[in-house]
Amino acid sequence: MNFRKLFLAFLLVFSLLTPIVAFAVLPSEILDDPVLEERARDLSKNLRCLVCQNQNIDESDAPLAADLRVLVRERLVEGDSNKQVIDYVVARYGEYVLLNPVLGPHTIILWTAMPIILLGGGVFLFFLVKRRKKTGKSITLSKEEKAALAELEKHDV
Amino acid sequence: MLIELGHFALILAFVIAIIQAVLGLIYWRSDVRIANFVRSAAIWQFILISFSFMSVVYAFVVSDFSLSLAYQHSYSLQPLIYKITAVWGNHEGSILLWVLILVLFSAAVAVFGRDLPTQLRTLVLAVQGILGAAFMGFSIFTSNPFARLDPAPFEGTDLNPILQDIGLAIHPPLLYLGYVGFSVCFSFAIAALISGKIDAAWARWVRPWTVVSWVFLTLGNAMGSYWAYYELGWGGWWFWDPVENSSFMPWLVGTALMHSAIVMEKRNALKIWTIFLAIMTFSLSLLGAFLVRSGILTSVHTFASDPTRGLVLLALLGVSIGAAFTIFAIRAPSLRAGGLFAPISREGALVLNNLFLATATAAILVGTLYPLILDALMGARISVGAPFFDLTFGVLMVPLLIVLPFGAFLGWKRADLIAVTQRLAGAAGLALLVAIVIFMLTGAEIRLAPLGVFLGFWVAFGSMADLIYRSKFGKIALGESLKRLFGLSKSIWSTALAHFGVGVTVIGIVIVSAWESENITTMKVGESVDLAGYSIKFTVADERPGPNYTISHFEFDVLAKNGKVRHVVSEKRVYMASSMPTTEAGILTYGFSQLYVAVGDADEEGVQVVRIWYKPYILLIWIGTLFMAGAGFLSLSDRKARVGVPKQAKAKRAKAKVSKTSKAKTNKGSA
Repeated sequence: MNFRKLFLAFLLVFSLLTPIVAFAVLPSEILDDPVLEERARDLSKNLRCLVCQNQNIDESDAPLAADLRVLVRERLVEGDSNKQVIDYVVARYGEYVLLNPVLGPHTIILWTAMPIILLGGGVFLFFLVKRRKKTGKSITLSKEEKAALAELEKHDV
Repeated sequence: MLIELGHFALILAFVIAIIQAVLGLIYWRSDVRIANFVRSAAIWQFILISFSFMSVVYAFVVSDFSLSLAYQHSYSLQPLIYKITAVWGNHEGSILLWVLILVLFSAAVAVFGRDLPTQLRTLVLAVQGILGAAFMGFSIFTSNPFARLDPAPFEGTDLNPILQDIGLAIHPPLLYLGYVGFSVCFSFAIAALISGKIDAAWARWVRPWTVVSWVFLTLGNAMGSYWAYYELGWGGWWFWDPVENSSFMPWLVGTALMHSAIVMEKRNALKIWTIFLAIMTFSLSLLGAFLVRSGILTSVHTFASDPTRGLVLLALLGVSIGAAFTIFAIRAPSLRAGGLFAPISREGALVLNNLFLATATAAILVGTLYPLILDALMGARISVGAPFFDLTFGVLMVPLLIVLPFGAFLGWKRADLIAVTQRLAGAAGLALLVAIVIFMLTGAEIRLAPLGVFLGFWVAFGSMADLIYRSKFGKIALGESLKRLFGLSKSIWSTALAHFGVGVTVIGIVIVSAWESENITTMKVGESVDLAGYSIKFTVADERPGPNYTISHFEFDVLAKNGKVRHVVSEKRVYMASSMPTTEAGILTYGFSQLYVAVGDADEEGVQVVRIWYKPYILLIWIGTLFMAGAGFLSLSDRKARVGVPKQAKAKRAKAKVSKTSKAKTNKGSA
């Protein structure tokens, strides 16, 4: 109960701090093969710690995150490709575990929102400029004004 | 007793705010007495809320645990500074701080706005009154900070240990000054829409308020980022966390607003867009408040734990944003767009800046809300995290940073792109050279880093190029050039400095992301490890007492390449009242780079887990933001742009002009 209260209090401040004290990858977990370890670190940075607020498993000290880190390393040692590891983890924990969401029917809006907004804004501006140019040029003189201008020109000549 | 008086003062201020809002909105057009009342009402609210706030502070300082809030968030052994900051280290108190800052800004409008057209001032203060009443009501009815406990507990339960840091004294107040400052821009926008007048006085007023708020928000975000960096114990400085996003979005739109307000002030263009951005900026501040406080960000279910607060905030948010955009939709078409310009011009560049900043904000907004909405509508749970934001945001920033140096060089109305490109060629060449040299020295394995470093230097040099060009270095005598350089107007200097700061921050971000190195290991006292040319020796490990916590104390000696040895302390604390642990990382600064030492758990034999990072040029990230904020202050000190104390003659002339143009506009509007 106390932890929950503290956690709420913590949230309630407009603070940039969210993950609580973290101490991530432990020396005992590190693989001997530096290439595999490097791959494990990269993969871990894209996997969410399921019990934390918004942390990847590479940065979290939660026991569950440690289990996942070890799991990822086990798969890599067994010779899985990066994709196979990710598929394996997703099959077990669901899509929620991916910090970089997949592109699918349910995320199409998420992935296309930015380009559409940018493009839409760009097109809007383009037409705005075009219209402005036209209205700028189409300032024409009324009949009276034309007559007055002709009158003036006559006198000039 | 004092607490009850404070409570009473808050209620009184609430009532005054309602009267101020109602009378102001009804009689803004006609009555001078109402105008005077609205002004003094704004000032009185500030006095009342100050008293109210101080009464809570006093209870915390003397550890009066009969105040429920003090019992929950303070502890008699806490150092004085944390007793004071604990006042806003919780929901109820931080709402009270929010209200205090809101009425501070209203009072500032009332005091400094003597020369504002009376009708505009009354309307602005009336809108501020609505906002004030809303938040005071929220505090009184759902988040009462004055609740008492009977019998009074003997001891409090301590402030969240992570918040027991000087960061809490600085970060939230700065952030609130930024968030709430934008309420003034919001009120000005609403006032303009209601009255149908957007004139020179309006434009002159909105820009400085935008700059003030933007400076505070910049500093608040930067401070929060640095705090997270040193306090959380693993050296991250930005997480794309929804809570961060909700304070980053107002900053991005606020940046866009600041730029479009400049166009409006100088060229009388982009009026409707500026009003839209002013509404948007404060709306996003409110959205941030709602997202953070309702708890829906942790999980949708936390929402149910305190439905009243969340729902009331949602209602506040919905009503204010809904009302604002309704007024905008009704009134905006009747406002005349003014100030024509060619696409290749400084205005054009600023429009492009606005397009990219607004798109970036929208992208972050979508990314932050999408998982919540998807969960609510379809029950599908996905995560949107750092990799997504890095990609979408990064893609948008590249073109923005490429165009940035051109913008400041282009002339108003229409400009010659080729001539400007020639003037910037030097900066581009220099940036390219520096980027290449860095890569030859370090090895170019990381693909995006070269581009990033180049962009950073391009922006930094490009913004300086403007100063150099204007002071004609190399074309006239050096002394003459220097004289010209220091004679340049403050607005030119502040533009250059702010953009230079952007470049510096970009350089810091790219370098630390690409070349950071770390060493995770186990150490015994007496052992050494090497990292990035430094040799770190573990010298001391013991237990010590602290004021309201116990300390596991570790010391290291760091031997640098130049043979000098420095000493660094890293601690783990366990707080007595809550038995919560925190990490105090040991940080050594070398130039702009830092060595970051954090200690983890020990096994039975006393072998300690130690993590050491080398963070090259990381300080540039925050130094850049200091340049940006400093540039903001510089532009505020520009006498030409200063509001509130214009010379009498000038003010009269401006007023005469204003009334003429506004008359012309209302005629057109009605026709």
